[in-house]
Amino acid sequence: MSAQVLAPSPPPAVRGRSLWDDARRRLLRNRGAVAGMILLGLLVVAAIAGPAFTPYGYDSVNKSDVWFAPLRHGHLLGTDALGRDLLARLLMGLRVSLAIGLVATFVSLAIGVSWGAVAGFVGGRLDELMMRFVDVLYSLPFIFFVILLMVTFGSNFILIFVAIGAVEWLTMSRIVRGQTLTLKHKEFIEAARAAGLGRGGIIARHIVPNLLGPVVVYVTLTIPAVILAESFLSFLGLGVQPPMASLGSLIASGAQDMELAPWLLIFPSAVMVVTLMSFNFIGDGLRDAIDPKDR
Amino acid sequence: MFRFIGRRLLVAIPTLFLVVTLAFFMMRAAPGSPFDTDRKLSPEIERNVLAKYGMNRPLGEQYLSYLAGVARGDLGPSLKYKDKSVGEILKENYPVSLKLGLSAIVLAALLGVSLGVLAAMRQNRMVDHGVMTVAILGVCIPTFVTAPLLVLAFASKLGWLPGAGWNGGALANMAMPVTVLALPQIAIISRLTRAGMVEVLQSNYVRTARAKGLSESRIVVRHALRAAILPLVSYLGPACAGLITGSLVVEKIFNLPGLGKFFVLSALQRDYTVVMGMVIFYAALILVLNLIADLAYAALDPRVRLA
Repeated sequence: MSAQVLAPSPPPAVRGRSLWDDARRRLLRNRGAVAGMILLGLLVVAAIAGPAFTPYGYDSVNKSDVWFAPLRHGHLLGTDALGRDLLARLLMGLRVSLAIGLVATFVSLAIGVSWGAVAGFVGGRLDELMMRFVDVLYSLPFIFFVILLMVTFGSNFILIFVAIGAVEWLTMSRIVRGQTLTLKHKEFIEAARAAGLGRGGIIARHIVPNLLGPVVVYVTLTIPAVILAESFLSFLGLGVQPPMASLGSLIASGAQDMELAPWLLIFPSAVMVVTLMSFNFIGDGLRDAIDPKDR
Repeated sequence: MFRFIGRRLLVAIPTLFLVVTLAFFMMRAAPGSPFDTDRKLSPEIERNVLAKYGMNRPLGEQYLSYLAGVARGDLGPSLKYKDKSVGEILKENYPVSLKLGLSAIVLAALLGVSLGVLAAMRQNRMVDHGVMTVAILGVCIPTFVTAPLLVLAFASKLGWLPGAGWNGGALANMAMPVTVLALPQIAIISRLTRAGMVEVLQSNYVRTARAKGLSESRIVVRHALRAAILPLVSYLGPACAGLITGSLVVEKIFNLPGLGKFFVLSALQRDYTVVMGMVIFYAALILVLNLIADLAYAALDPRVRLA
């Protein structure tokens, strides 16, 4: 049998509008979501490229330049208690927070999608068992366990990713399971089974790709939750350790010096709020675009 | 219904068991000991101290005796606060956290539901957009940002409210911490209420009520609200978990003598029993609140049968 025989028939002359085309159109009409995407794009560029262009290092201490107000002596956003340039620290903090948001979300995505897809597809006793487990974990005061983890193993980067990711996968697995349950009796799954594909193959090749919509929506809402969780840890002094900075650790140290140097609190807070808002606007927009009946 | 409660309480036991086990072994895996001090203890004294708290026995044995203690309701002595049991520490400090949390959730429910209903009744108009924008802001501004900013404005600059302290729970001292705790919850609750209300207002029985000639406000209060706040009731459990997280920060910033302050400190000092006691306390609290939420759900929605 040659490859030509199996090749798909050429697309019809009139291109139909796929579900994704419709979703994109709806998303681009949503002003909040578009504004969020533009803002987020700027923030990401600033976080990636910014630190290379600041005249001061994020960790270069200068004891004679302590607590400069913004716009004085060439420090655009002023300096902190150790004379470090706030702009440089803020860009680095943004980079760290975004990186943690992305990686930890990926961890939660990997666990949540595989857990939910297997539970939903296999069903029966295994499903019951796996989802009971999720129920039990749901009722734990998780923040305590994250704090315990950080205390136990000392705070390092990898652990922050893993700890937060391991906490945030629960909702993802529930969404994925629900979605899998509705997918599993569709004809194309039947067809794949008839064609001799095994369970693992069906889950990986047919179920997971079709989960994309709700998963994408939930991911855009998980990233800000993760950034928030990390900042919370940093605020309690358990997250990113100095001289490294994250948005949370900057806000925490800003809060200590706010009487003397309010800019140390206000600028990081503003960046934090704008970042979280962009993600939330994009997430809400995506949900409306992909699942319009939710509106 | 009593069978339902009984079954749920039975399910809670393995959950709590898991909590105790996880907390115990995580705490013990941490390097350092509660008896580390600046001065090195002589080996004899250290041995005596360890023996006093039964910590010279094998870990498994300690775990079993701790479990037995928990089963009897005895959380053991604190290792750092001499002459105090964990139970006493919990009892002395939880009223502050409780008062904060309850005030915040009541405030959030009242304001959130009102705002949500208002937005739903004026769907896609100015009021609606205004409320929903505020709601998104409320979700996006974390407590550790609002708290210092409020202190900066109302305590440092204006001098209207005390910036920290408890003062026996005086209104002036409670105002800012409760506001900070309530804000994100107001945001979430108003969104949930609006979503539920928009859906219910389009349902057939609301149309019937309108056809009967009831006034709009009566329809909303008597008929629609009851169904519209159902999703809110099941949000109660997670909301309380959120309040606990929030109060860790709020108690630290406002220097309040609640439980939240103890947790991080005790974990850092390796005060094993206090940390585990608090984890168990909060886990039990969340389980009970979830149960209450389920019962309230069934009470509000006659279609739900507890089984």
